[in-house]
Amino acid sequence: MFELLGISSQALFGQLLIGLINGSFYAVLSLGLAVIFGMLNIINFTHGAQYMLGAFAAYFLLLYAGLGYWWAVIIAPIVVGITGIIIERLFLQWLYKLDHLYGLLLTFGLALIFEGTFRNFFGSSGLPYSVPPTLQGGQNLGFMFLPNYRAWVVVFSLAVCLTTWFVIERTKLGSYLRAATENPTLVRAFGINVPRMITLTYGFGVALAALAGVMAAPIYNVSPQMGANLIIVVFAVVVIGGMGSIMGAIVTGFGLGIIEGLTKVFFPEASNTVIFIIMAIVLLIRPAGLFGRAT
Amino acid sequence: MKRLFSLTALAVVFGCGCAQAQYSDGSIKIGVMNDMSGTYSDLSGQGSVIAARMAVEDFGAAAKGMKVEIVGADHQNKPDVGSNVVRTWIDVDKVDVIVDVPTSSVALAVNEIVRDKNKVFLVSGAAASDLTGPKCTPNTIHWTYDTWALANGTGKAIVKTGGDTWFFLTADYAFGHALERDTAAVVEKNGGKVLGKVRHPFPGTDFSSFLLQAQASKAKIIGLANAGSDTINSIKQASEFGITQGGQNLAALLAFITDVHALGLQTAQGLIMTEAWYWDLNDANREFAKKFAPQFKGVYPTMVHAGVYSAVTHYLKAVEALKSDADGKAIVAKMKEMPTDDKLFGKGTVRADGRNIHPMYLFEVKKPAESKAAWDYYKLRATIPADEAFRPLADGGCPLVKS
Amino acid sequence: MQRVAQATEDHAVRARSEAIAFVVMACALVIAPMFAYPVFLMKALCFALFACAFNLLIGYVGLLSFGHALFFGWASYVGAHAAKVWGFPPELAILSGTATGAGLGAIVGALAIRRQGIYFAMITLALAQMMYFFAIQAPFTHGEDGIQAVPRGKLFGLIDLANQTNMYVTVLVIFLGCFLLIYRIINSPFGEVLKAIRENEARAVSLGYRTERYKLVAFVLSATFAGVAGATKALVFQLASLTDVDWPMSGEVILMTLVGGLGTLFGPVVGAFFMVTLENYLTTIGQWVFVVQGVIFVVCVLLFRRGIVGELAQILRVKL
Repeated sequence: MFELLGISSQALFGQLLIGLINGSFYAVLSLGLAVIFGMLNIINFTHGAQYMLGAFAAYFLLLYAGLGYWWAVIIAPIVVGITGIIIERLFLQWLYKLDHLYGLLLTFGLALIFEGTFRNFFGSSGLPYSVPPTLQGGQNLGFMFLPNYRAWVVVFSLAVCLTTWFVIERTKLGSYLRAATENPTLVRAFGINVPRMITLTYGFGVALAALAGVMAAPIYNVSPQMGANLIIVVFAVVVIGGMGSIMGAIVTGFGLGIIEGLTKVFFPEASNTVIFIIMAIVLLIRPAGLFGRAT
Repeated sequence: MKRLFSLTALAVVFGCGCAQAQYSDGSIKIGVMNDMSGTYSDLSGQGSVIAARMAVEDFGAAAKGMKVEIVGADHQNKPDVGSNVVRTWIDVDKVDVIVDVPTSSVALAVNEIVRDKNKVFLVSGAAASDLTGPKCTPNTIHWTYDTWALANGTGKAIVKTGGDTWFFLTADYAFGHALERDTAAVVEKNGGKVLGKVRHPFPGTDFSSFLLQAQASKAKIIGLANAGSDTINSIKQASEFGITQGGQNLAALLAFITDVHALGLQTAQGLIMTEAWYWDLNDANREFAKKFAPQFKGVYPTMVHAGVYSAVTHYLKAVEALKSDADGKAIVAKMKEMPTDDKLFGKGTVRADGRNIHPMYLFEVKKPAESKAAWDYYKLRATIPADEAFRPLADGGCPLVKS
Repeated sequence: MQRVAQATEDHAVRARSEAIAFVVMACALVIAPMFAYPVFLMKALCFALFACAFNLLIGYVGLLSFGHALFFGWASYVGAHAAKVWGFPPELAILSGTATGAGLGAIVGALAIRRQGIYFAMITLALAQMMYFFAIQAPFTHGEDGIQAVPRGKLFGLIDLANQTNMYVTVLVIFLGCFLLIYRIINSPFGEVLKAIRENEARAVSLGYRTERYKLVAFVLSATFAGVAGATKALVFQLASLTDVDWPMSGEVILMTLVGGLGTLFGPVVGAFFMVTLENYLTTIGQWVFVVQGVIFVVCVLLFRRGIVGELAQILRVKL
């Protein structure tokens, strides 16, 4: 086919596809962060640890309950979401009146607790979790061999993201959520239980992180540190996209995944840092982020 | 999993007129430092402490009136943590010899400190061949393996058996580069060709892009110039992408039997690697393994553990001969003077540059059907005799070697 | 009139309690090497200075930087490189590290100041992480190995710093000097404007202050002092490694300041000594250190926001 800068089109499309897969994780995770931040004005540093908890939940379900991947996709987010609700009730609710930075510090501390505990029991080597049998194998697309599971990840992530966007932007429940973000007192005056909405929203955001963790378990190592470095990249994604819109988080996530994939082809040594460099550039040109509303 | 703890002090000094040995502070204190909780905790970790303890017992220190204590610590694979521990150990706790230390960055830092304070450093876990090269000191002995021996074993042997086109997947940090450089040199020297290389960020999680590039190169051998979880992940993902099914072979340039155990034979079969010791090679090794495994949660000894055993044994012999543990340089000089002989490594020598000489072995990982028991993972492809296994003395650039 | 008099009187009272505390601290540090391992003390002093630098930003300007390890670590690298490869004497090596801190502070500050609050924290974190990856790849840092065997050299060509006592005195002098400088900065007209910005930035703007400029200068100052701490640490341990630029290091300095007391003068010092001592004793429990740190974070944020020195100051009704 054609050649671009010395890379054949085959390799290029292959890398683009992989970038899309990584982008799926960025999108789902930054979506969760955006949802939580929108409602609670708290940056959930624990998001990375909750992603890790989702993966471990899937691993435990398989090991101790014999429940495979498809069960895990449903059960793990619910279980981890419930722990999220507990966290909100126990810790976060006291911080809403304080400077938002305390929320960041608290969730950072919680992340350390989760990661440290798991590290102690499970070491850092990582645990095996295999691809579910129905999704094993792959398709030979001509320009690359695409494992079925990775295709599923992209499709499912897109579905989850678009469903979430739809619920928040186009349904009545979503409109209550958005209203409560802007003016909680007024919304309460209308008889809507705002604290409960906040709690459930946090739980939902956490469940999204756990869902990403379950999806990651078969392809990345299930290890206690899997969330720690990822969360920082997701922060950068969120800064680039701006916290203003749900669609912005989704688009930025997928887009940056693709850009990172391309960087791995043309300039692999920079692939770790390219997202941060883009963040720096965006900050210079559009400080509010690509989709953000200027505050 | 503990970073610093004392194991039982081993012997009572027989005050009845036995050999009048003057040990600094009354006892010989052995410090085993390695990764106790991270990615290398299975190939070294607590197991090395157990191996050291077994060496002291087998040596019969108690009966000879030598009081030996063993302490262990976790360096978390960080040179600053490792340096701090060693400095405190030597200054405050009066430790006489530091043993093991995987992770070359830590070993290099400890190497300097031990030389400055004139103690002894017996490296089993680390790979950097610089420890017997430009960074050699009169206080350090590099016991088990190094990057040169691995590159030579794996590289040369694979090329000679038909794997003559290579593509490297390299971890983008100093160690990865060194491993790639040494192996590429060996490959080309033996008539092979390096078709390309790609550097992945360190530490990496997703190798799919890089593996695709390796696949596209159509090289017969994909050399993994990385270690620890990077190697495990590369192999897992290579299997996922059907690379080995497509006819290419993976060569792990630094891998241990514990990595194969973590991967499982289904994923790891066909992997080629070089090691210095394997538990199933002879009866003495098997006996050691059977005694070792129950103490270390069922994990079988790796070459690193065996190296610790062998090094501690030889150290005790030298200290016994000198009747003192105070002067590090003198002890190491004695260790170089005496030939080594223990039940795990057999007979060997320690060279002027601090390199311990013994044969190396090229292994291939068995298919699941070929393995008859747990930890029965390797079949022996070739034995590299001791005089060919390590970098020639003159080529190292060690200042101690008179050229 | 009365309010001005009251303010002046408060000022005098404040200065007295702080002066007393300073003298106590200095004396304690002078005799400490007779009781404790000097290397441990020097480590605590370097981190105390690092925490004081960080506190300048969060305690007095209200900006939470989650990437301060960037300045600490890179100053450490440059200082080590200067001493080892360029052969600088120790005072110039530390100055090189300081300059690095200042330079990086200017660049990072210019980018990060554009956003406030949480965004600011996230940006500093992301930029620090980017510089961490640079540190892995840059040849001069030697990646994983770090810069090892850094010579301590002779201070001013006369005082051999390989001698532990000389090194300790040097580190102590640097610490006390910088501490006094920070005190001077906080209690100056410039410092008052910073505090005003922390209280209510909008009002400060309405009063005509170019708050962006003040914040940037404060940021650069904070980064500079962090640089001093980093370069000094490189000489004490004769090693500059990746740990110093990694995000857990940023988290540690935040924890030290939080535990000690945000916005107090002596809080960071107490917090640093507390954490270094704690980690020394916790070495037996391996990775649980992270859990302990996390628990302390949670407890401090929920129940103990004033920190040790803050609570003490509250009880004694003095300013510390």
